[in-house]
Amino acid sequence: MAKKISRKQQKQRRALLMSIAAGGATVALSLLGFVPVIGQMVKRLRPPGALDEKPFLASCIKCGQCVQVCPVEAIVLADAGDGFGIGTPYIDARAQACDFSCDAVQCVLACPTGSLSHDIDKKEQVRMGLARLDRPDACLARKGEGFRGLARGADFPGLHRYTEVDRWNPIRIADHPYDLDLCDLCVRECPIENAIALEPMSGDPADKRRTPVVKEPCVGCGMCEMICPAEPAAIIIDERKVWGTA
Amino acid sequence: MNHFLDTVRQMFGGEPKLKLAPEDYSDAAKAMHAAKNEPEQRKARVAAIREELAHHTESYRWRKWRWTSIIVINLLFVVSYHLDVQLVEGALTASRFVGFHMADLNAALQVVLAQKQILINLVIGVVTVAILWWLVGGRTFCSWACPYHLVAELAEKLHLTLAARRIVEDHPLHRGTRSVLYVVFVVLALVTGYTVFETVSPVGILSRALIYGAGIALVWVAVLLLIEIFYVRRLWCRYLCPIGLTYGFLGTTSPITVHYQLDNCLHEGECRKVCLVPHVIEITKKNRAHDVKVDIGADCTRCGMCIEACPTGALSFRIKGLGDLL
Repeated sequence: MAKKISRKQQKQRRALLMSIAAGGATVALSLLGFVPVIGQMVKRLRPPGALDEKPFLASCIKCGQCVQVCPVEAIVLADAGDGFGIGTPYIDARAQACDFSCDAVQCVLACPTGSLSHDIDKKEQVRMGLARLDRPDACLARKGEGFRGLARGADFPGLHRYTEVDRWNPIRIADHPYDLDLCDLCVRECPIENAIALEPMSGDPADKRRTPVVKEPCVGCGMCEMICPAEPAAIIIDERKVWGTA
Repeated sequence: MNHFLDTVRQMFGGEPKLKLAPEDYSDAAKAMHAAKNEPEQRKARVAAIREELAHHTESYRWRKWRWTSIIVINLLFVVSYHLDVQLVEGALTASRFVGFHMADLNAALQVVLAQKQILINLVIGVVTVAILWWLVGGRTFCSWACPYHLVAELAEKLHLTLAARRIVEDHPLHRGTRSVLYVVFVVLALVTGYTVFETVSPVGILSRALIYGAGIALVWVAVLLLIEIFYVRRLWCRYLCPIGLTYGFLGTTSPITVHYQLDNCLHEGECRKVCLVPHVIEITKKNRAHDVKVDIGADCTRCGMCIEACPTGALSFRIKGLGDLL
């Protein structure tokens, strides 16, 4: 036999059930953040000095101080689609690469939690990933072709510091036309010494063709990916890839 | 039970007591309650309440400062970044105020638990922020700084307008939900190693959206606001937000409180109608105050709405040991 319950008890019972539902829904929604992380659905190029992905996500306090100090505004914050990575910084190299315009990894200095490790104080120590020639057939140098004009078109908002133009201030890539007999943009604009080189494709001295070869000093900043005039870029960054691994 | 412990118990979700034991009242309070229960006093009070309701005018003397405070604090972040003033860099979760580290207590807690490391910058930031908000009242953060509080207040206005026309109805939840969520998110950060709470924190989401631009995470904020308008009044701030509880801990001993004076009170309950956390001012009910002067409890956000609502000046801000503020 069903017990009779008062209106007040009924109300209390309903409030309790709704509280469980509301609390449960909030926790469930927050745990949905697991999905993109476990499924590795999003691979992000993290700013210089980023810890390994798991401790990086744990330690980042999602404040965006790294975003604020970057002179070329290369760093953006992830949205809800990144799950637990919400509010964490990443770099979309094709849109705006890190070109170390700041000279001394300002984002690392800005990070209050050491998510961007303070062990790093020189750009050469950075290991964000590695460049890789993704579409060799699109590479102008491999075809022996030059490049004339604007690397990414007149509308491209991306910035780069051309030391020969202005030592201190990055300018728009769209304001810096090129006239090259053989396209060497990825090598020419690389901010790291000896990270990438153009090497001959045959023993024939008359053969103009050269191929970009990524070397161990490459830090994965993405400058080559941003400047590459092929569309989509012939050279791209493998996020978090370490030299010598498959 | 001791008033202090009782307000802490209520902050965790305990119901306010309907009746106190006789020994819980001070002699002065006993005498005043007895006086108020005299038949002629009752009549006088009813007449006074009628008079007051007939000449009721709304006052916003604290709200105008409070809203200014929320807007200015959040605008400082936005302006600092976009005009490159570098006054407050970062977001509400963590920032540098003219170079000094600041960190939201709850965001810092999540990071420390997830990463299992104590970081000196966070310690500095947390201590600074804790001292600041302790000085001004603990949950003062909620009503004087939190951007979600402002939009939730506007949603609440809408809710109350609709409720007055009987289009919507409030469905109160159990206030203990927040304490449970607090523990759940602490455990989740510890066990998973991720700052799980940040995924759904409307405070962080809103703060970042203001500074760095809108994202789809705002959909969650919108859903919360819709529920608050149509179904549960102040769902997030009242029943769910662990940040509120974190700052509530500071509020337990904070020197700035809302202060209640029994002799001025007509017990008509205008304050309880406007309060975000009405359990803290249950003592304004008739025969309920244990003393003639009482500091309102820990969970109080020091928003000042009850002070504005009280027609007889029974409530005021007070700095403990210094007397009434206003």
